Amino acid sequence: MTPIRLCHLYPDQLNIYADRGNIAVFRSRAERRGYELEVVGIGVGETLAPECDLIYLGGGQDREQALIAPDLARRGSEISRALEDGAALLAVCGGYQLLGRGYRDRFDFEMPGAGVLPLETVAGEGRLIGDVSIECELDPGEMLTVVGFENHGGRTLLDRGAVPFGRVVHGFGNDGESGFEGCRLGKAIGTYLHGPLLPRNPWLADWLLGQALARTLGEPPELEALDDELEYQAHAVALRRARERGGKLR
Amino acid sequence: MRIPLVISTLVARSVGVASRLSGKGGGTTLPGRVLNTLNPGAGARLAKKLAQGSAVISATNGKTTSAAMAAAILSSRFRLAGNPAGANLSSGVATALLHTRGADLGLFEVDEAALPRVAAALRPRALCLGNLFRDQLDRYGELEMLAERWRGVVAGLAAESTLIVNEDDPQLAQLAREREGVIRFGIEDARHGGPLPHAADARYCSNCGVAYDYQLAYVGHLGEYSCPGCGFERLKPDIWAEQIALEGLIGSSFHLHLPEETMKVRLGLPGLYNVYNALAAAALGHALGASASEIASGLESTEAAFGRSERIEIGEKRLLLLLIKNPTGANEVVRTIVADGTPQTLVLALNDGIADGQDVSWIWDVDFEPLLGGLERLIASGGRAAELALRFKYAGFPESRIELVPSPAEALDRGLELTEAGGELVVCPTYTAMLELQKVLAERGHADLYWQRAARARKESGPPRHPR
Repeated sequence: MTPIRLCHLYPDQLNIYADRGNIAVFRSRAERRGYELEVVGIGVGETLAPECDLIYLGGGQDREQALIAPDLARRGSEISRALEDGAALLAVCGGYQLLGRGYRDRFDFEMPGAGVLPLETVAGEGRLIGDVSIECELDPGEMLTVVGFENHGGRTLLDRGAVPFGRVVHGFGNDGESGFEGCRLGKAIGTYLHGPLLPRNPWLADWLLGQALARTLGEPPELEALDDELEYQAHAVALRRARERGGKLR
Repeated sequence: MRIPLVISTLVARSVGVASRLSGKGGGTTLPGRVLNTLNPGAGARLAKKLAQGSAVISATNGKTTSAAMAAAILSSRFRLAGNPAGANLSSGVATALLHTRGADLGLFEVDEAALPRVAAALRPRALCLGNLFRDQLDRYGELEMLAERWRGVVAGLAAESTLIVNEDDPQLAQLAREREGVIRFGIEDARHGGPLPHAADARYCSNCGVAYDYQLAYVGHLGEYSCPGCGFERLKPDIWAEQIALEGLIGSSFHLHLPEETMKVRLGLPGLYNVYNALAAAALGHALGASASEIASGLESTEAAFGRSERIEIGEKRLLLLLIKNPTGANEVVRTIVADGTPQTLVLALNDGIADGQDVSWIWDVDFEPLLGGLERLIASGGRAAELALRFKYAGFPESRIELVPSPAEALDRGLELTEAGGELVVCPTYTAMLELQKVLAERGHADLYWQRAARARKESGPPRHPR
């Protein structure tokens, strides 16, 4: 069957929150449905592979982010073209921030972003750290709960009219104030939630795989249900943590 | 109002006695917290009473073990005060300072984030920096920030104090480079080196940002490196280990090179990471005037510290406790377990308290994969047992061979049930899961609680000492 081609941007620099866990989930869940997942690592100066179905960007520490930021900033139109061509995208934490217009620190020093997502990020007082749960509507009328862990100093502000990935139930989200978490632009999702994100939210992994397959199939295919008992249990614990201890400044 | 030293120490000590009597804890941190609150300058003043001053060890991994080794090396030369129960925040150090009667040298292991504050109070005569790895980002923040704070500590270190660094960690080598009289330690044994592991830290030069060229890596990013950008490179260490022979889960032997002498040392603690701990202790001992034979016998006599490759007899079976707390430490534990032949049953216990790190994503950066070949059954335990199970499931381990037993005590029982008589059960808990296990083992009469050990160690030797 059709292989799914995943372009993993900057795997050597953006890998701080166990991003390989997300890739492992994509791979396993694709393979168990009979789709091969081909992962292409894209480093600084390399171009996105053609026929790209899915793009992944993880998070990095400040130093690593600064190393890749100029390269990512030059890639805006390349990534937007891939999205127009039907690719799906998941960006977590630092990768999410840098897909916006840029990051402004307290001295107004600006680290330019790729400008793919309609948002910008400014430095804030103190870091927003803790368990999070959000509600999101990936397909109209279907509310899903997504759980994760956030740890960011930046406050992300969505442009007027931009769509968040979800609404915060417990935790801080984009800025600790708006109640918004992440950003959604068609089949592209940016979020602060790591943990890693996908093992405990398998439905989100499946949605992204479906969207990635839709690039060649026209429609997201019906993906066979898997035994997700462990995933549900991990989700339930993470949800409980978000309820008990999410979103408290410390 | 400033409360006089005499009164604040009296109150703080009474709090410790009350805490122990209540049975709720060992009083290893509360008295210090009280002391710090009543009289913020008390720690510094108490530290001055130590005639020979203080020595401090800090590192992400191995500080408890290297402090225990250093204590064994120095105990014949000094009467030591310290924090052997592993209470290594400012409060734990302050608590230890309340119990220095009869001691002349303070030997403290200090939490990496607490180091700036503790070093400012203690003004140590020797500071030993072992390593910096990413660890509990929700608690410590980014590694780079921690390295910056350590840079400040080094800058504030008195000129007559001795700085000791692990030269195999480029971040530490760099902070020591401008200083005179630094003692550097490292490993010189290419047979034990390999490529840089997944998600290693310190990939990029902190001078110029160019990726280091790692000729080889021993533990995490600790190894032999040079920067093709600015030319920064590892120096030949002053104290090093070579001809290392690892003996599985039992121990290791190596040739220890000191500036004047070389000798063969046999460690009763397993793994390359414990060779680094031994080097840190040897270098600190050397800096404080210990002789080569004191160093060797101290290292050889050191037994496992509290849950760090600690063996406990339970009837006809043995329990081996190996603490895991961050990717690099856990990778070394996995490597050591596998070197001895993967056990059939393994208990892993993952908690997510503040002391464990509330963010459990680090388990996805651990290379558990080498275990998958030989492992028959994984008992996943702790508050985040399901998350651990997922880590193994997505690594390709069959779900049918994973048992979820969230209570560490019950997981221990299940593991022992699956262990045959004469066999050894390997249990790898995170910090608070280990405390839970320690409590259960103490209740059943198999082991002492950590504060009981600390108290016994203090009693046995008159002046407080580290457990042997």
